Amino acid sequence: MSRIEGSGGGRRRVLQVKFVPDDEVLKHIADDTGIKVRKDKPQPTINLKRFVKKLENISDDEAQEILQEKNYVATLGICAQDPMGNGTSVSGGEVYSFQTPRRSSKMAELASELAHTPEQSVAPDHSKGPEKTAKTPQSSTMFLLLMHVFSLQSKKKEFVSTTPYRLRKRLAAADSYLESESEYSASCSEEEDEDQQEVSTVFSGQKTPAKTKAAPTHPHRNSLAKKNKEEKMSNLVEEYFEAHSSSKVLTSDRTLQKLQKRRLNQETLRDLLKKAPLAYAAEIKELNRQHESLFSKWMLQLHLGFNIVLYGLGSKHDLLEKFRTSLLQDSVHLVVNGYFPSITVRSILNSITEEVLDHIGTFRSPLDQLEFITKRFEEDSSLELYVLIHNLDGQMLRGERSQQILAQLSSLPSVYLIASIDHINAPLMWDQAKLSLYNWLWYETTTFSPYVEETSYENSLLVQQSGSLALSSLTHVLCSLTPNARGIFRLLAQYQLEKKDNPSYPGLSFQDFYQQCREAFLVNSDLTLRAQLTEFRDHKLIRTKRGADGVEYLLIPVDDSTLTSFLENQDEDV
Amino acid sequence: GCFVFKPSAKKRKLSQRTDPDFGVSSDNSEDTELRFITCQSLWNQIKSETEKVQEDLNKQLLENLVSFLSRSHSEFQEKTPEWTCQMKFREIPTAALVLGVNVTDHDLTFRSLSDFLQNNITPYVAFLEGKDCPGIKNLMQKLMGQLMNCYIDVDSLEDEDYVQVSQNRIRCSVSSLIKWYESVTKKTDSETPSKKRTSSSMHWQSPPVVVIFKDMESFTTKVLQDFIVISSQHIHELPLVLIFGIATSPMIIHRLLPHSVSSLLCIELFQSLSCKDHLSTIIDKLLLTDKFPFKLGGKVLQVLINIFLYHDFSVQNFIKGFQLCIVEHFYSQPLSVLCCQLVDLQKRVNSLSHDQCENIRRLPSFRRYVEKQESGKQVALLTTDNFLKEDTQKLLEDLHVYHENYVSVLRCLHVFTSSLPKYPLGKQIRELHCACLENQVWETEEYESSLQLARMLNKSDLVTMLQQCVEILLSSSGKEFDSTVEKLKKFLTQFQNLEEAFQEQGGSVPSQKELQKKTDLYHLQKTLLEFKESRRSKKLTKFEMLRFEVVDYIDSLVRKYLVPADQRTLHEILYFNTAAVLRGHLNAAPRTALHTALNNPHWYLKNQALKCDGGSISNKAPDICIVYKLHLECGRLINLVDWLEAFSTVVMAGEEPNANTASSDQMDDIIHARFIRAVSELELLGFIKPSKQKTDHVARLTWGGC
Repeated sequence: MSRIEGSGGGRRRVLQVKFVPDDEVLKHIADDTGIKVRKDKPQPTINLKRFVKKLENISDDEAQEILQEKNYVATLGICAQDPMGNGTSVSGGEVYSFQTPRRSSKMAELASELAHTPEQSVAPDHSKGPEKTAKTPQSSTMFLLLMHVFSLQSKKKEFVSTTPYRLRKRLAAADSYLESESEYSASCSEEEDEDQQEVSTVFSGQKTPAKTKAAPTHPHRNSLAKKNKEEKMSNLVEEYFEAHSSSKVLTSDRTLQKLQKRRLNQETLRDLLKKAPLAYAAEIKELNRQHESLFSKWMLQLHLGFNIVLYGLGSKHDLLEKFRTSLLQDSVHLVVNGYFPSITVRSILNSITEEVLDHIGTFRSPLDQLEFITKRFEEDSSLELYVLIHNLDGQMLRGERSQQILAQLSSLPSVYLIASIDHINAPLMWDQAKLSLYNWLWYETTTFSPYVEETSYENSLLVQQSGSLALSSLTHVLCSLTPNARGIFRLLAQYQLEKKDNPSYPGLSFQDFYQQCREAFLVNSDLTLRAQLTEFRDHKLIRTKRGADGVEYLLIPVDDSTLTSFLENQDEDV
Repeated sequence: GCFVFKPSAKKRKLSQRTDPDFGVSSDNSEDTELRFITCQSLWNQIKSETEKVQEDLNKQLLENLVSFLSRSHSEFQEKTPEWTCQMKFREIPTAALVLGVNVTDHDLTFRSLSDFLQNNITPYVAFLEGKDCPGIKNLMQKLMGQLMNCYIDVDSLEDEDYVQVSQNRIRCSVSSLIKWYESVTKKTDSETPSKKRTSSSMHWQSPPVVVIFKDMESFTTKVLQDFIVISSQHIHELPLVLIFGIATSPMIIHRLLPHSVSSLLCIELFQSLSCKDHLSTIIDKLLLTDKFPFKLGGKVLQVLINIFLYHDFSVQNFIKGFQLCIVEHFYSQPLSVLCCQLVDLQKRVNSLSHDQCENIRRLPSFRRYVEKQESGKQVALLTTDNFLKEDTQKLLEDLHVYHENYVSVLRCLHVFTSSLPKYPLGKQIRELHCACLENQVWETEEYESSLQLARMLNKSDLVTMLQQCVEILLSSSGKEFDSTVEKLKKFLTQFQNLEEAFQEQGGSVPSQKELQKKTDLYHLQKTLLEFKESRRSKKLTKFEMLRFEVVDYIDSLVRKYLVPADQRTLHEILYFNTAAVLRGHLNAAPRTALHTALNNPHWYLKNQALKCDGGSISNKAPDICIVYKLHLECGRLINLVDWLEAFSTVVMAGEEPNANTASSDQMDDIIHARFIRAVSELELLGFIKPSKQKTDHVARLTWGGC
């Protein structure tokens, strides 16, 4: 016991890692005003084991060995002896764990706090060598909480003097929290006591490693926790549901419009960002250099029948591009920008059949096309194709069917796939069958480079809408309309495409459009067309503009390439 | 979004298919070519070995299936009474193949099944998968396409007209299928007999049409039902046989099909070997053998087994992991050139370059070895390359011998431990293997307790175990075991002798009888105590002494032969032990990496400014980290304005205060832009999404959005 407390940081860890039975977690979720200590996911035994492992890091290496061979988590998840150990010591429960609800002022507090602690006192470097893993951001929340308790009192004055009116108002509200805050700290210390009891039991158990699972602590803890919370429980539950039933969220009502700043559009944004220097360029370069040293290995592994998937924070576009330019110059390869909003599996397959295999002709379905490709690759063993997919988890490639097709494509022995994923839930796209088709080798390539290309197509709230509508939404909306309505839209789209070379094309005037529609037997009166157009406008499929002469002009706010591929899709479907 | 890049034709010609190689990777450019060749040949050997294992394991299953098919089919041909009876009820002969949950392995089984069927029974085999058949129409299309193609395959070029009749033109219905079948069978009958014999000599006359449903669970019930009902109407014209691949349990048939439909099937159940047994065989054939010079270290094996047990039960993935180990080993260890069969060893050792010798000297296990030598030899080892080579060869040969002995003794030990109650050292030999590789097994508690249990074995068990051990040791290729076998045999004869001298024992029996008489609690207690005393003081019987002797002997064998591999000199050359790499590639945790990068950027970016205590991040961190950190403090919805404000507070504090007022407006814009970028990056990563609930708000997508 004394060993733990003596060693630095041990105490905080004691606070952090807890045994949490399921019912307690439930309570905790419901615990609106409750204790701020973050708890782990309900994986009691694993947590316990992990905790024991932690202790061992500090104290006893040999015991660790014994435990480790039994401990699945240790071997697969959070093994502390990971030489490359890129943060693998963080267990799943901590990554996105349950949290207590936050108050609205919380962010401002944190911000000011971060602002006021520039370059925190630098502790001796823990992050070298295998000890790295012992020091991970697990205890952050706790730490922050403690800091808040201080900062609320000590920094209040600063706030008042420097912050605008709104923040000041919020701080007044925060004052009322102050009392409860002290309550929190009380309960915190209580938790601490409990934990220490637990620590002692765990620690004694650790001497006989086979028995760490023995659970004399469970009932004890349960009863203690129950006593603590029983009386609160009923109204906590109510509060939880109250918080969730109403759609009201406690955030301030400020909007960007009230801010004097104009909305930026894509170009100015890009220009501005060019002015901002890239932070930590040297370090990022070093990271990239490390990844680049793996290129030849990737090449080898691709040839041995594996496919490679890259993950980690930061754009991997440049990395893949570099891989392409340095190693793939002499071979046939296909680059797919998965983040592109109008990409489809069909277009990928098309470019393979048309450009790689030089096949002219269409296919009834992607499956047929895939079959054709498979056959060709089987027949001709000299054919080789490298496929690079930036963002395999892009909007349009996410679907089950697209992934299935890509997986089957990648399982061909002479198709080498190297792809990147970014979304946190990307691995959920694949079930066992797809995974085995893909035959992935995972590579962590954290680059920290900004996602310039990838985010440029995103419809961010902050960027002025350039009006680009994703192909998928276009298709989806159209699918739900009547055949006549689809015909009307097609007419408009075709007309717009015909005029695409004319830069000053104002749009199709309503009268002309009405004539055309009548000729195509799509509408029989002015009114029906108008009703239809309203519907389009509601779905943001078209935009209307009044010309100088007062004539109404209709325009589809979609770029030409998207429109073209949309029309193609429609053709195929019909 | 898609771009194809083709090298110019001239260029392509120039760059002939260069075989992939270990290439000129930074520092270990030694013997790359040889290493690569060794690696490839080793992998090919292993691959063929695993395929053989798979084949052997499937053999039983296939034979059963074939006999089932022939039974059901002969009835069709001979029109036996049973068949007519079956026809009356329109029953389709069906084989339900229970394959287990490791869906990824099924492909191999099915492939060998279809090969087997096509070679031996019928050319007409069709595979159907649930995902291809959303409706009965698609199913029929798929089925007919496959059947007609296979017809063309069998008779190859002989009839052009069939190629022309593509499945598009035929209306896909069972009646056209029957017509096709009739024409095909008639044709083969009417063909010149010689031709028929050559083309389908192995097949029976009017072969059955086998339809395999690869994954029965993923078919929609409607489609299955329709197909079964329709085809049962025509069963007397078309000898159809169904095979259902089932991943869960045979009960699923009855859950998917109502009684009226399932009564149309004449189901016979077949069970394939469980994946666990398959894995055991694979481990037995790949790891516990001296065929292959390459070996897995304890941790690596543990990782592979854990992935198998906790993730997918897929033997294919296990083998894939094994392949990765091989590649990784040969790629990263320059000395792996010595990881070859013993016959090649001498040549390779002799041709080692000076650099490679230095590599050997750098190995930790070799350094340990050197330190143990006397000083004269130390110098020679460290300075003379030739001396080193001689020694290396000897050591490597030792290592091979060690492995041979290890395997035999491990099997012996497994004979003992696998029969103990509660299996303290594990039931499977792989668990024992892991334990022994990991550390000195005799120092573990489990070993202690299993020895204790072994000391309580009864005689008949002990004798059979000893006999098994003798067999194992005799069959092993190790040469050192002659004396051991002798010794064990001596034990066996001693046990036999014991039997003759058994009569003398009999003292304790009456006392037990006495015991049963007592009813008084006090007296009972007393006698029990006395009984215990007498037991303790009693001399050990001859049998017990002998038993102790046997167990001690086994213990001594274990201590001698089951030394963990990583204590042997030069184990780095043959054993692959970097489990972390393997885990990173096969069992990656993308979320964790992301989490670390966002919470603790210093992990990746080694910059002093990013260093932080207690896990909080400094205000100099990359924008996305700050934005992420701020968003953690929010609930379900996040107000963008507040967020922006908080962000700029943090960033402004981080900047040097030298920015003068004139540029502050521009500064603001830049910060604004940086914020936008960071937020849209978070959106790309899936942490937030735009929300319509409130103006200028985004919704949080991760936990914590209470």
